[in-house]
Amino acid sequence: MMTDFFFKLRQASIPVTLTEFLTLLEALNQRVTAHSVEEFYYLARAALVKDERHYDRFDQVFASHFKGLAAHFDDIVGADIPLEWLRKLAELTLSDEDKALIESLGGWEKLMQTFAERMAEQEGRHEGGNKWIGTAGTSPFGAYGYNPEGIRVGQEQSRHRRAVKVWDRREFRNLDDTVELGTRNIKVALRRLRRFAREGAAQELDLDDTIRSTARNAGYLDLKMVPERHNAVKVLLFLDVGGSMDDHIRACEELFSAARGEFKHLEYFYFHNMVYEGVWKDNRRRYTEKLDTATVLRTFSPDYKLILVGDATMSPYEITYPGGSVEHFNPEAGDVWLGRLLTAWPHAIWLNPQQQNRWSYVPSIQMVRELMGERMYPLTLEGLEQGIRALQRAR
Amino acid sequence: MTQNRFRGTERYVATDDLMMAVNAAVTLGRPLLVKGEPGTGKTQLAEEVASALNRPFIQWHVKSTTKAQQGLYEYDAVSRLRDSQLGDARVQDISHYIVQGKLWEAFISEVQPVLLIDEIDKADIEFPNDLLLELDRMEFYVYETRQTVKARQRPIIIITSNNEKELPDAFLRRCFFHYIRFPDKDTMEQIVRVHYPDLKKRLLSEALEAFFEIREVPGLKKRPSTSELLDWIKLLVAEDIPPEALRGDQRKAIPPLYGALLKNEQDVHLFERLLFMSRRKKD
Repeated sequence: MMTDFFFKLRQASIPVTLTEFLTLLEALNQRVTAHSVEEFYYLARAALVKDERHYDRFDQVFASHFKGLAAHFDDIVGADIPLEWLRKLAELTLSDEDKALIESLGGWEKLMQTFAERMAEQEGRHEGGNKWIGTAGTSPFGAYGYNPEGIRVGQEQSRHRRAVKVWDRREFRNLDDTVELGTRNIKVALRRLRRFAREGAAQELDLDDTIRSTARNAGYLDLKMVPERHNAVKVLLFLDVGGSMDDHIRACEELFSAARGEFKHLEYFYFHNMVYEGVWKDNRRRYTEKLDTATVLRTFSPDYKLILVGDATMSPYEITYPGGSVEHFNPEAGDVWLGRLLTAWPHAIWLNPQQQNRWSYVPSIQMVRELMGERMYPLTLEGLEQGIRALQRAR
Repeated sequence: MTQNRFRGTERYVATDDLMMAVNAAVTLGRPLLVKGEPGTGKTQLAEEVASALNRPFIQWHVKSTTKAQQGLYEYDAVSRLRDSQLGDARVQDISHYIVQGKLWEAFISEVQPVLLIDEIDKADIEFPNDLLLELDRMEFYVYETRQTVKARQRPIIIITSNNEKELPDAFLRRCFFHYIRFPDKDTMEQIVRVHYPDLKKRLLSEALEAFFEIREVPGLKKRPSTSELLDWIKLLVAEDIPPEALRGDQRKAIPPLYGALLKNEQDVHLFERLLFMSRRKKD
């Protein structure tokens, strides 16, 4: 039973290793738990899962594996809908207006009721059942998954605290956001961008200077210290989201989480298709929480390196004409803004997840490439390396 | 066995899962890695475990310049060199210049101690890797004096991280892990009760309401957490603020003494702007 559980966890791509599994068995052997499922769940989680982003997946595997066992305790009212799946669906089927509409309607209560009713009718918690709700397609439930409010599904459930088992509450689902696997290669590529500079307090012995001043000091030791070297590179990351970028989410996520691990001074912003007067930091609040691009331009000093990530696939009007944006009326054209960015941060590259051999067929890619002064690179390891090299060149 | 079980203390409310993680780590003698939002009591936890289990408490605060070696020992070559120039007799014995680190201290302690390695993510990426063997075997070798320092008993090690850097897998594999979730309203009430037992019920619920409201404000740079709430309540009590002043709907301005909750200017501005906008909507 335990071994099955172990393999199921691995199948769910939670990085569990044998060592950790043995630790769990050892803990069981030493009677750390007092024979309650709940305690066992806590113990297993502490021993096997080492990252809160995997908590949610662990909860799901645990629920499915020990379902029979848990059923002996209480009746289970649990909804197990892969949120990711719903969100994906919503992203594909709903236009931005729809999303705004749903947000503004405030008809959530009613929506929730229907939802709850349908949930109650549904018996299986697993695949078949989920699909049943999921394939409602343009039904409100898809939207439910997209919307930040959608997370409330779980919260609604947990009002019935007593009936829902801890692992069925799935409280950690929004931690499971930036799935990162295999970012090592990207990290290594990004590492090239490191530039070490001496900063901060004097901590290290400066041997040359010490010898020199000791000699000058008639042989008496005169210590000289220098500050240690730190990675002093600062990076601004602008990410295109939504629309045609949906196909490249995975690559961008990997880049993003690698960059987050690698740089101390990293600021990121989102835009759609082209940078205009507003950017945002949180995709869910993109309409309410817009930041002035002008402010961003003023805030960060020219020694920041600028990395734009986008497929640059759009209508040429979005680049050259005021009011060309698909989302709102932009008083100034995209190329004006891009020009401003490039003046503010001369060290800049554009990473394009679109396959390189298709670039020449898309006019807007050509235009952006020209604006960037040919500094557009494919979002592959090789492209990244070329890009990093370009960033390092003095301009 | 029972004496070795951690159940929270008078000043610290521990959830079930946290207790289990601590107890498992104590029983098996493995390090416990604790993560969570700043201000949710990660560092506090180690102190409370020490006091609950009645153990000596050793703290090792990690900074960006901290090296793993410093936790073991440091060889002070510089003062030895200086002493040799001054003709000090101590120079002959190298062990005078070996400075014991926190880990060494924990290893040779008479009673099993609680060792806190605080904010391990602040250090260099390689820091946790450099401690792998030491934490695994609980021993290390001192090259200068050719001796092996072995732990008398495996210390209880609690490591905290703020998630600024990712920790290497090999390191994680050796630890138990717990993520301190931000407490829900019930737990929060319990926590406040523990700290301020005679707080008026109304003030508490109004304060909690206002607090969770502020936490919900989108785009805050630093969302206030438990420790900020406790500070704020302390101020509210000290200034004798009536509960009515905290009421959300009719509130005309940001809550009194907001300085305890919102820690930077931009957040205060943001909050003021949102209030302004919501007022304008009503008019």
